[in-house]
Amino acid sequence: MDVILFLIFAIIAVVCAVNVVVQTHPIASAISLVGVMGSLAVLYLLLGAEFLAMAQIIVYAGAIMVLFVFVIMLLNAGAESKRGRSLVAQLLGFPLLIALLALASYFIQRYYPGTATVQFGAFKAGTAQNIGRALFTQYLLPFEVTSILILIAIVGAVVLARKEL
Amino acid sequence: MNFFLLSVLKAAVVAFVLLTTLAYLQWVERKVIAHIQVRMGPYRVGPHGLLQPLADVIKLITKEELIPPHVNKFMYLLAPFLAVTMALVSISVIPFGTEIHVFGTPTWMQLTDLNVGLLFILAVSSMGVYGIALGGWASNNKYSLLGGLRSSAQMISYELPLSIAIASPLLLVNTLSLREIVQAQTGSIIHWNILRWPAPQIVSFLVFLIAGFAETNRVPFDLPEAENELVAGFHTEYSSMKFAAFFMAEYANMVTVSCMTAILFLGGWQPLFSPAWGSNFVPTLIFTAGGLIAIYHGLNPARKLDRITLPVTGVVFLLVGALFLVPAAQNALIPLFWFAAKVGAVLFLYIWVRGTLPRFRYDQLMRFAWKVLFPVALANLLVTGLVVALW
Repeated sequence: MDVILFLIFAIIAVVCAVNVVVQTHPIASAISLVGVMGSLAVLYLLLGAEFLAMAQIIVYAGAIMVLFVFVIMLLNAGAESKRGRSLVAQLLGFPLLIALLALASYFIQRYYPGTATVQFGAFKAGTAQNIGRALFTQYLLPFEVTSILILIAIVGAVVLARKEL
Repeated sequence: MNFFLLSVLKAAVVAFVLLTTLAYLQWVERKVIAHIQVRMGPYRVGPHGLLQPLADVIKLITKEELIPPHVNKFMYLLAPFLAVTMALVSISVIPFGTEIHVFGTPTWMQLTDLNVGLLFILAVSSMGVYGIALGGWASNNKYSLLGGLRSSAQMISYELPLSIAIASPLLLVNTLSLREIVQAQTGSIIHWNILRWPAPQIVSFLVFLIAGFAETNRVPFDLPEAENELVAGFHTEYSSMKFAAFFMAEYANMVTVSCMTAILFLGGWQPLFSPAWGSNFVPTLIFTAGGLIAIYHGLNPARKLDRITLPVTGVVFLLVGALFLVPAAQNALIPLFWFAAKVGAVLFLYIWVRGTLPRFRYDQLMRFAWKVLFPVALANLLVTGLVVALW
């Protein structure tokens, strides 16, 4: 059952991801990206990380992508025209991609040979309590630094927007 | 296998009840609004217009399916589907009552209890925005586009105070599972989160309610479909069942927010005061009183037909009241009564507000969300956190 669900949602994720690139209209790309986020959340659920799955949907699919769609709609961005790609890109693009993936898997196999594959439901520390405790004890410094980073980004955005007005 | 059968049965019952509620909620709304405005409301189809929802459904189903030529067809068809699915899914984690026995098998009056149930509802409702935003965009019509834009901006803005308002009662109950949230509020009204010692959540309750009105696009926050400026807003180009899907999504969202209010702040299925003081007899008393009033008016009829209809209604009420006294049924019915009463009260508030308040202007709406609601919710969260930590 787990494997079947994994295959279904992994395929949906990959198809949507390819669709993000292939589609010419920004809205269609954005909706495909939402599909990727949603299927990723299901994959998290299969692994037993419920909190992460829900956070994935609320933050990425629910908030960030809605903002993307909003901006695309506000700017009324039309479909982009397909431009002819150079001969080099057409000939070498796909083989180079395969080569990159092969290299990456080779090095992972070589330097982390003992790493076991992930089991479904093996991750037991996915509850909100566990994640909260880890965030506020073990990872307190990165957590606080991130929050300050986000604050700086917000202030920067406000300053930039002020200048425009 | 037994578990599977039971789950299917429960899902069927919940789906049936939810869809009936949605259909009749619309009838109740029209009636209440009519009485607020000193009108009769629907009256022709069935007694007191009781069959009006059925007539509406038949009308919507048999209407011509129309797809305007200028729309983005895929997105245009996807939008109502997305809106109604996301609106209906969240009922699956709502707990309606305590543990009951069905044919000897113990089961909860809830489809499933996730340990992240609350986040699940937030996630699903945040996905519901796409239905409206895409519907507005795909219609390729300036009024629809403006409606879609307004709704996505409004929902992003009001989601923040909503989530923060949810966070403060969570500090008191220490769980994300909806069933455990209700169980933590066991006892009378002073144990409910809205009045709970040491940090009563009245402010957070009000913020949640207001943000909930905005999230469901209801008056006074119904700018996405403001008919005097935008024709019908995001669903201008939709007709027949696709329009019905948007309509159903709005009412389903209303029911979800009301259920959430009842669970988070009003103690879910917990009675108003403890059963030791006789709270188990409240439903019987209410139904008996209703039945007696109906019979009394039937004996002094204002119209000819009332001589028959009112006593029959009264007897039905008395029978329902008697049903609440049966010990075997009490275990299931009394929590259900309290839950339904609370959800019904919040839903009535929704309709009441619609009949009372005028619509916001768009800049007022945004200023209210960011400059009033958000700081208030944040301050309330801080105070609650401080009190809970110090207590």
